[in-house]
Amino acid sequence: MKRWALWLPLIVFAALLALVATGLFKPADRTVRSAMIGQPVPDFRLAPIVPGKPGLDAAMLRNGTPHLVNIFASWCLPCIAEAPQLMRLKAMGVPIEGIAIRDKPADLAMFLDRNGDPYARIGDDPRSAVQLALGSSGVPESFVVDGRGVILLQHVGDIRPDQVEAIAAAVKDAR
Amino acid sequence: MRCAILFLSLLTIATPVLADPVTPPAPYANTQLRDPAQEATAKTLMQTIRCLVCQGQSIADSDASMAGDMRALIRERIAAGEAPESIRAWLVRRYGDYVTYDPPMSALTWPLWLAPVALLAIGALIARSSFRRRRG
Repeated sequence: MKRWALWLPLIVFAALLALVATGLFKPADRTVRSAMIGQPVPDFRLAPIVPGKPGLDAAMLRNGTPHLVNIFASWCLPCIAEAPQLMRLKAMGVPIEGIAIRDKPADLAMFLDRNGDPYARIGDDPRSAVQLALGSSGVPESFVVDGRGVILLQHVGDIRPDQVEAIAAAVKDAR
Repeated sequence: MRCAILFLSLLTIATPVLADPVTPPAPYANTQLRDPAQEATAKTLMQTIRCLVCQGQSIADSDASMAGDMRALIRERIAAGEAPESIRAWLVRRYGDYVTYDPPMSALTWPLWLAPVALLAIGALIARSSFRRRRG
């Protein structure tokens, strides 16, 4: 056995230690992102759930103007935290379409009453079918869709106050 | 002491904040298909699809409401006659290879498949050289 080979186990151990330490101090990003970015929105048609507000279908997202599609629910706590940011986006002129996941009309009406209603339309997704078709893995999530119905961007989690400008810019640039 | 007991009992009666849907699960989330063969096919597929909420469990094992919706989606499509691999491909198109526990061979995964073969080959070489030395 050569002299240097004696050090081999120590070197392997040090490498293993370095690997484990990086995993510990810089954990991997576990966010599940949609693989649908750059793809057209799949066909869907969701019934209305709030009186006086139309439902949402895929054709609406191909009408020539870009949209922000917000996936939310009245039972979702981060959605309450996100509501003021959506109201700001609405005030900035961003058209926001909602997809309500597994919601009840009464609960949803109360949620909108309490937190504001930034939505032009809200589609009822009682079995998360459209959520799954979009590659979304939770609430809230937002998708920037261009005028031809192509998904340009996915925002996972609630939109924070410092992210409002970037989202508004992304919708504005999506012609 | 009495204060501590009161505090502890208050902790136990605290109700958790609800952050789960209140609507009942989809019909096929927790109900088996009528046809046992179809149910077996669906079950086999469900065991190899990852839950996106509790990542580390398959949707067959998970109690998350989204896993229930995914089980319902799989059972409904199997009942409609769709092949399991086509359903898996549908999910992979939406969530990437991450969603399947049976990852296809790709630039990222080939070391996983080839490492055991390579290690066996190296082992065989070491064994051969040490046996030869003993004989000699």
